[in-house]
Amino acid sequence: MTPELMEQGTRARLDHEALLAARQPGGSGGRTASFGRLLTEGRPDFGTGVALYLDDITVSFDGFKALNQLSLAINVGELRCIIGPNGAGKTTMMDVITGKTRPDEGTASFGQNIDLLRLRENEIAQIGIGRKFQKPTVYEQLTVFENLELALAADRRARASLFFRLSGAQLDRIAEVLQLIHLLPEAKAQAGLLSHGQKQWLEIGMLLMQDPKLLLLDEPVAGMTDEETERTAELFLSLEGQHSLVVVEHDMKFVDQLTQGRKKVTVLHEGSVLAEGLLAEVQANEKVVEVYLGR
Amino acid sequence: MMNASPSTSSVLLPQAPRLLTGKGWAAVLAAAITVALLVPLLNLVVPAGHALHLSDYAVGLIGKIMCYAICALAMDLIWGYTGILSLGHGLFFALGGYAMGMYLMRQIGRDGNYQSELPDFMVFLDWKALPWHWSFSDSFAFQMLMVLAVPGLLAFVFGFFAFRSRIKGVYFSIITQALTFAAMLLFFRNETGFGGNNGFTDFKRILGVPLAQPSTRMVLFVVTGLTLIGFFLLGRLIVTSKFGRVLQAIRDAESRVMFTGYDPLAFKLAIWVLSALMCGVAGALYVPQVGIINPGEMSAAASIEIAIWTAVGGRATLIGPIVGAFFVNGAKSWFTQAFPEFWLYFLGALFIAVTLWLPNGLVGLFTRPGGIVGLFRKSKT
Amino acid sequence: MLAGLCLLFAGRAQALTPEQARAIAAGDTDARVAALNAAAAKGEPGLAAFVQALLDDAVKLAPKQVLVIDGEKVLDAASGLPAPLPEDAEDVVNNNRMRGALQAALASLKLGSPELATRREAVAELAKQSLDESQLPLLDQALAAESDAGLKARLTLMRAALVIVNSPDKAKRLEAAQQLAGSGEGAVKSLILERLAAESDGEVKSALSQALAKIEARLAWGERLGLLFTGISLGSILLLVALGLAITYGLMGVINMAHGELMMVGAYATYVVQNLFKAYLPGAFDYYVLLAVPASFLAAAGVGAVLERSVIRWLYGRPLETLLATWGISLVLMQAVRSLFGAQNVPVENPAWLSGGVALMSNLTLPYNRVAIIGFAFAVLGGVALLIAKTRLGLFVRGVTQNRRMAACMGVNTARIDTYAFALGAGIAGLAGCALSQVGNVGPDLGQSYIVDSFMVVVLGGVGQLAGTVIAALGLGVLNKLLEGFAGAVLAKIMVLVFIVVFIQKRPQGLFAMKGRSAEA
Repeated sequence: MTPELMEQGTRARLDHEALLAARQPGGSGGRTASFGRLLTEGRPDFGTGVALYLDDITVSFDGFKALNQLSLAINVGELRCIIGPNGAGKTTMMDVITGKTRPDEGTASFGQNIDLLRLRENEIAQIGIGRKFQKPTVYEQLTVFENLELALAADRRARASLFFRLSGAQLDRIAEVLQLIHLLPEAKAQAGLLSHGQKQWLEIGMLLMQDPKLLLLDEPVAGMTDEETERTAELFLSLEGQHSLVVVEHDMKFVDQLTQGRKKVTVLHEGSVLAEGLLAEVQANEKVVEVYLGR
Repeated sequence: MMNASPSTSSVLLPQAPRLLTGKGWAAVLAAAITVALLVPLLNLVVPAGHALHLSDYAVGLIGKIMCYAICALAMDLIWGYTGILSLGHGLFFALGGYAMGMYLMRQIGRDGNYQSELPDFMVFLDWKALPWHWSFSDSFAFQMLMVLAVPGLLAFVFGFFAFRSRIKGVYFSIITQALTFAAMLLFFRNETGFGGNNGFTDFKRILGVPLAQPSTRMVLFVVTGLTLIGFFLLGRLIVTSKFGRVLQAIRDAESRVMFTGYDPLAFKLAIWVLSALMCGVAGALYVPQVGIINPGEMSAAASIEIAIWTAVGGRATLIGPIVGAFFVNGAKSWFTQAFPEFWLYFLGALFIAVTLWLPNGLVGLFTRPGGIVGLFRKSKT
Repeated sequence: MLAGLCLLFAGRAQALTPEQARAIAAGDTDARVAALNAAAAKGEPGLAAFVQALLDDAVKLAPKQVLVIDGEKVLDAASGLPAPLPEDAEDVVNNNRMRGALQAALASLKLGSPELATRREAVAELAKQSLDESQLPLLDQALAAESDAGLKARLTLMRAALVIVNSPDKAKRLEAAQQLAGSGEGAVKSLILERLAAESDGEVKSALSQALAKIEARLAWGERLGLLFTGISLGSILLLVALGLAITYGLMGVINMAHGELMMVGAYATYVVQNLFKAYLPGAFDYYVLLAVPASFLAAAGVGAVLERSVIRWLYGRPLETLLATWGISLVLMQAVRSLFGAQNVPVENPAWLSGGVALMSNLTLPYNRVAIIGFAFAVLGGVALLIAKTRLGLFVRGVTQNRRMAACMGVNTARIDTYAFALGAGIAGLAGCALSQVGNVGPDLGQSYIVDSFMVVVLGGVGQLAGTVIAALGLGVLNKLLEGFAGAVLAKIMVLVFIVVFIQKRPQGLFAMKGRSAEA
């Protein structure tokens, strides 16, 4: 078994899986319609097709309302872009979803059955919500490989990690992600020495390692070159369908590349939804122009 | 989107880090032989006056410093690798020391100043019987259990509440300092029943064997040395595992760790308790070699010194703290004999110099990229 | 003193009879005391001078006369005329009891003085003595003649105390018990307790118990207020100590382990100023504190500025390293002070206007130095609050703290502001040291005793607002003192620590935290 053969085998398997997935009818994540659904305790139920549901979320910091009765719904497999001026509450919204901030009012649920407001950050991450921060937060002193290894969807308990050994399948997965994020040559390099764009990619890679069902991406292409931005758009589009994505961005060109004129864009302003619709509609909306886009 | 790069993956992907390299194992073996064979030879067999003879004083000093090195190792695990600076680890060291001290006090038997079953200080305070917390203190096995249980339990309870409420950074450090300060005040009281400000001293025997004999001292020395090596290997086991990498991740970006699905509490608590146990064991080995334990060991100053041994040697290297402990305590021993007034100036300057110019410590000077030249380059935070 | 008394009683003829003089000067103590009290009750003129002479050990016994040595002259005690000093004249020896009786007699004689101040002195002195039954008529006499209400009340109590113990008449004792109820003194309480054990009559006993209850209630109030005062005093000291720390940490994120040593610098600056005044301006010694205050501020601020420029500015953003580096600085500072001033404590005296205290109740005395420190602490607090809120410098400091880059873009010299802010915090520490020098010992380890407490104040109070520091400092001071009453100093400290750790569980950021969404941890 040579390295090249192993590589080819992996690729072949992935291509085959992609083919199988493509054969499924679109919509509810590749599952065929059925009258009965298997619900697992602690696992989100996407039967209704809604991945994330925020209802009347209100968060205030000492009198300042960061979020003001925000209501939002993301469908399973959807790629939603969120735009808005600074201070609109985009990052606070992500804080609420991932459990970093508790809202004063409102409900947030993941699928039909998971109440996000009762879980801690690590639990929310474990049930399938991954978040990428505005500022790339990678483990600077560890290597790229080790960064990805830590993000592996594996047993998260302390005892397990003491005796943990990478299996072949897991090693393959890491290799695959390294390929995807174009950091295979830098696998042994210290993460702190990467360029800004490479760090962003590494963080996205770590997110992918977790295999989340919902990805929250806070300004993922900030500081990237045009070429890197285009590649990122390609990556996200390839994830769409299998995963649900929420992308917060300021770069309108990137948003355009993502939405391709077909997907919904949400505009946030002063903590609540100002407008929602296709990018072209939103760009024509008077209020949005006044508040954010400018003339 | 997949590039055609056939021979890349498995070749570039790093192997799982090994416990120690070949050179590393050789060094450990050499250290073990030195501790277990060479030193006893040079002290017990080679006659006094011979050029190669290792004096009893030197044996005692090195034994003491090895106990300190264990503490420095423990500090490296929680500070160097996990980013938790504790300014109160001297407390766990002292508690282990007191547990051993209690046993040694009972071993004095009737040979104390007052010829009584009770330790001298109790007779002096006019106590008639052993207080409840001295029960079973004449059993070696029980007291050794206490050496582990008392610091361990305290560390567990304190750590649980502290980490659960996400106390971090300087607040955590200050609170550990307050903890050891309060404990020191408690142990200074005579009513607490631990000898007050005199502590325990005048030990005679351990396990029935007289402490003053060179052979006993050598056994203690060898045990300490082998324990140090053992803890070093344990440390390597931890830091080369995924557990160790999670610890470093917690140090570098704790929020990311949480959002990746780990609960830092379990990891921090585990390494915190382990480091406390290590310090407790170090304290228990320290007391019979030095012959005294008093509440001064719990002072904040003593705990902060542990941090500086680790910093001087080099954080997150495991070998660095051991080097640092030897360097600083060696210097202390020399200064306090030659120029006692200057010791504190030296120590203070060392604190400042290490934080300003030697963030990677002495070991970092020789191993990190740039070597000695790196010393003159401004290092990134 | 002898001359003064002579002047006081000028105009009165020395009409003590030789027999009286001899009876008082010679013989066994009981007889002498009786004779003395008899003479005093009669208000014999010239007795006061004689008594004073006896107290001054200036009386000698000759076979026929009693002689008083007045400087160079030798006078006859009774007639006051010069007399020769025989060879065999014996010294009059007074044992302690005799001395006590002599003092009491002197005081009781002063009771008759027309001056209110003298009478007050006399009453105060009498109160110190344990009185004899034979002095009862004297007290009655003084009481009858007394015009001042306060003195009258005290004399009544003294008389009642005598009566309750000695009088065989039940009615009189009952009356005395009721009178005693008006007191608020611990000494009276002990007297009543003694008497309760010895008293036979039931009615008097119940009256005594009632009196006891009333006195205990008054004493309890005294204790409570005393506790509150001590707590506030400690709190005000903690406030001074922690204020500088809260500023450097809250505004700059720097935890300064050398904060205690900056206090020590301030205290030693006070010591130096005191010595300068002693050497060059002894007349104005009482005012040295007024100069010491700015001196200690400047000294500590200067040291702080040097530290900031040389060490701390390179460590911003690395709080744990700052901890260690400032600890090293504290070691250097302590050793430097030991080399300069010696390792022992140095004496710093309170100026006269800070010594002593105001006695509000019998068991409640508020020392002036502590009262002054409470005032001083709040004055400093006010000054700092004004500085931060209203001045340009304060504005810059706040700006740099909240958003350094933005402030720099606006043209603020952030480096210089950092130095000023740190120097301000250090200067306040110096002021705390100056205050501490007035209430405690000054030595190289002055800082060590308060550093842990001040950290706890900062942790508890949070660093968002000065109000947090104030509340935390006062609260911890009072709490500490309250617990001390129950459990002793050490356990009180431990309980306070545990309380803080538990409190932090619920509110990790302290009482008052920085407002707004903090940047990602």
